[in-house]
Amino acid sequence: MIELTHNPIDAPAVLASVASTQAGAVVLFLGVTREFTGGRQTSHLEYECYPVMAERKLAELEAEARRRWPIVGCTIVHRLGRLELGEASVAVAVSSPHRGAAFAAGQWLIDTLKDVVPIWKQENWADGTSEWIHPGLSGSAQTGPVE
Amino acid sequence: MKIRIHLFAQARQLAGQSEVWVELPGPATVAAVREALATQHAQLAPLLRSSHFAVGAQYARSEETVQEHDEVALIPPVSGG
Repeated sequence: MIELTHNPIDAPAVLASVASTQAGAVVLFLGVTREFTGGRQTSHLEYECYPVMAERKLAELEAEARRRWPIVGCTIVHRLGRLELGEASVAVAVSSPHRGAAFAAGQWLIDTLKDVVPIWKQENWADGTSEWIHPGLSGSAQTGPVE
Repeated sequence: MKIRIHLFAQARQLAGQSEVWVELPGPATVAAVREALATQHAQLAPLLRSSHFAVGAQYARSEETVQEHDEVALIPPVSGG
């Protein structure tokens, strides 16, 4: 199950969505808004996405994970819009008969999501500046104007 | 032909709008669209080298063909998660 939402992520509901008596292992990953990055203090984050493509890529990731591992339930939820410190931006839950596949699939899903799904994070720093995060861009392009 | 290109994140911020148009002889390759974008919207140049393009909401290779009414998007390095 795939979801892009502007609402807070309901982690217990994500867990419940992958629960099954066929699954002896359930793994949940939450990506959470962190206060300090490289010594800089974050005020809040903003996420945006390319909706039609992000949904399609997330569905492709779930399908590929199901090909690679014996997955029973798989739910990926990504939050959009403004997030405060401590709020979850992403949840990946996988259930499987045994823990090895659940851990491996969950790790692969979050790693691949961060590489290919067209979602972007804007750091809004505590000093009032902000910047869109584009990994691998040179410094001059990376430094956005103050908003 | 004229191609509309959807912009996101820093690209949208640099352009000051969520889409731009480029004019080029059609049909064109993704590589030609990239060149046209660099010359016709130079403010996006700092992002182009490390960005991908999507055609029809799928990542597109440089040699892929773009038609006039295709949905084209500039995909700068992603940072979800």
